[in-house]
Amino acid sequence: MSLTDRQLLSGDSAIALAALHGGVALGTGYPGTPSTEILEYLSHLGGKAQWAPNEKVALEVGIGVAYGGARSLVTMKHVGLNVAADPLFSVAHTGVVGALVIVSADDPGMASSQNEQDNRRYAVAAAVPMLEPADSQEAYDYTLAAIEISERWKIPVLLRVTTRVCHTQAPVQPRAAVVPPKPHFEHDLRGRNLIPSNARPAHRRLRQKLSEMTDWSEITPLNHVISGDKKLGIITSGVCFMHAREAFPDASFLKLGFTHPLPLKKIAEFVGSVERCVVIEEGDPYLADAIRAAGLAVESKPEMFRFGELNVDRVRRILAHDNSPEPVRPPGKPPELCDGCGHHVVFQALKNLDCIVAGDIGCYALGVLPPYSAMDCCVCMGSSIGIGLGLRHVLPDAEAKRVVSVIGDSTFVHSGMTGLAEMIYNPPPTGHVVVILDNSTTAMTGHQEHPGTGRTLDHAATGKIVYEDLGRALGIEEVRVFPLGKDCAEFQQLIVEALASEKLVLIVARRPCVLAAKSIRDYENRDKCSTGCSAQEVLAQ
Amino acid sequence: MKKPINVVIAGLGGQGVIKASDILSEAAFRSGCEVKKSEIHGMSQRGGSVTSDVRFGPQVLSPMVPPGEADFLVVLAPDQVAVNRGLLRAGGVLIAPGLIDPTTLSNRKSFNVALLGALSTHLEFSEEEWRSAIQSVLPEKLHAANEQAFAAGRRAATATKVQS
Repeated sequence: MSLTDRQLLSGDSAIALAALHGGVALGTGYPGTPSTEILEYLSHLGGKAQWAPNEKVALEVGIGVAYGGARSLVTMKHVGLNVAADPLFSVAHTGVVGALVIVSADDPGMASSQNEQDNRRYAVAAAVPMLEPADSQEAYDYTLAAIEISERWKIPVLLRVTTRVCHTQAPVQPRAAVVPPKPHFEHDLRGRNLIPSNARPAHRRLRQKLSEMTDWSEITPLNHVISGDKKLGIITSGVCFMHAREAFPDASFLKLGFTHPLPLKKIAEFVGSVERCVVIEEGDPYLADAIRAAGLAVESKPEMFRFGELNVDRVRRILAHDNSPEPVRPPGKPPELCDGCGHHVVFQALKNLDCIVAGDIGCYALGVLPPYSAMDCCVCMGSSIGIGLGLRHVLPDAEAKRVVSVIGDSTFVHSGMTGLAEMIYNPPPTGHVVVILDNSTTAMTGHQEHPGTGRTLDHAATGKIVYEDLGRALGIEEVRVFPLGKDCAEFQQLIVEALASEKLVLIVARRPCVLAAKSIRDYENRDKCSTGCSAQEVLAQ
Repeated sequence: MKKPINVVIAGLGGQGVIKASDILSEAAFRSGCEVKKSEIHGMSQRGGSVTSDVRFGPQVLSPMVPPGEADFLVVLAPDQVAVNRGLLRAGGVLIAPGLIDPTTLSNRKSFNVALLGALSTHLEFSEEEWRSAIQSVLPEKLHAANEQAFAAGRRAATATKVQS
């Protein structure tokens, strides 16, 4: 099969194939469900793809690529865009030369996320154009459209997808690959240095671009009407179009693919052409609010449908004004730390000692579930250290001395390092204990490499951050490395001593992920053989 | 518009639910159907419940099988039958894990494909379409064991049909 044959692809894979065919010079991002597979598939296809330490750095790298006149793709899950929001808002002002396509993979229903935020709001807040594909074919087509829009208006484009688009496999008919422009740097000091005197005209330029794109939104086929029964009109975007079209195949539809800036004239015309007009969208009432603010009378979903994904049945209920309680699906079996995971002992010890545990995102978040129930909070990437420090600062001594921060290795590299800087700078009177649970991979999202593994996205050897060296360099008083075994007592004793010392303590509790251990060993043996270097030995225990 | 065939495959993380749905959707695609296959994964590797929806036919819109509209429910773990039974339409077919004893397979991990073999007796894909789907989804070293498992599942389902 060739890459231009019609093929079954997930939305994520379709975005990757479009990136390859659209001449993307570099894809970068941070793993996060449901976006992770995009860069892995781009690399698999032979494109250049790499993991960044976090989404902010990824976007900054992407900006550099686009300043250099090349095409870039930056991928992340919805909460990743919170981390990358700072560069996002500014690059909207500076604009770009090449293409900058930012994929935000939202997770309505929170299949694998800590919140249900609707990142369509970011397009409005940052004043960038947004596309919302409904299936794999559109994921492919819209990625190519995003590249064109980005270069035409010299602006970053938000490609907003959701779990059901990312993880649904459907047929895709690809097109022929294009030859991208050659990278080249032109100075533009006033355009790209956002000091206030430059930023003020930059804001006006940005609003001018949005105004031009509003006109284009009215005429692009990305926003199109499907004429049907005039009694019922449905305005919708993304995968909700599919649910609504299945539920009401005879209705008239205004399907919006380019959802910021919105084509309000086209919407007004559609609303006027049907007897009853209903907006069908997941999450926030983004479309409904904007349409109503324009003075158009449309129906929207009741509040109960803000929560969770929509589906055919829920769309039928919305149209039928059926607000009766929905059938609750029997609970399935919850996930848990794998059998044989070396990190069970950490949570056993913390539970035995009745510690106050500031936890973090990743597999270790499963420490909150039975049998351990040994995690007191899990807020966002890297938060364990800051929250642990905050608790230490205010709790009475007896409680403060029980506070421990636990964080995974990939999460630590993502945004735990600044937490350690805070710990050194503002140490609590009772000291603090941070445990890095180092399983030598980004496990929860499916074993991606990161700067602490010493291997790139495609598992080639590269530079490596060693947490214990970093801790010592930062000036942490006690840095201990503990190779985890089956026995809990010794690790528990280490925690007891660390808490009693009232010092700043960093413990690196190390054992590779049980699911990834074999691959990790294979990579390490390969690298040893090819370089004769033993730098990886520390991981092999 | 002709309605698509709706299949839900259910089990626990690590059992091969998603691989089974990959094979089924490939077989449907190779037979010339429109196909959508959708699942929630992410935390699935940690032993939790996993379901995958596969829909195929002349046209498929929503990627999710509406609750109570599954024509077939294939379940890989005994404790996942009750929680998913409600997905099946009245008169829909349950392919339950008890149909095949995994210890009789040359590789127990092929249990997912054995149940696909059982499902295949209800569908109109050719043997060649199934075989090429298995070969395209699984690595070569697993082809023989899985083709055997598929055949064992077909035999078990056919025998059950004859008995009933």
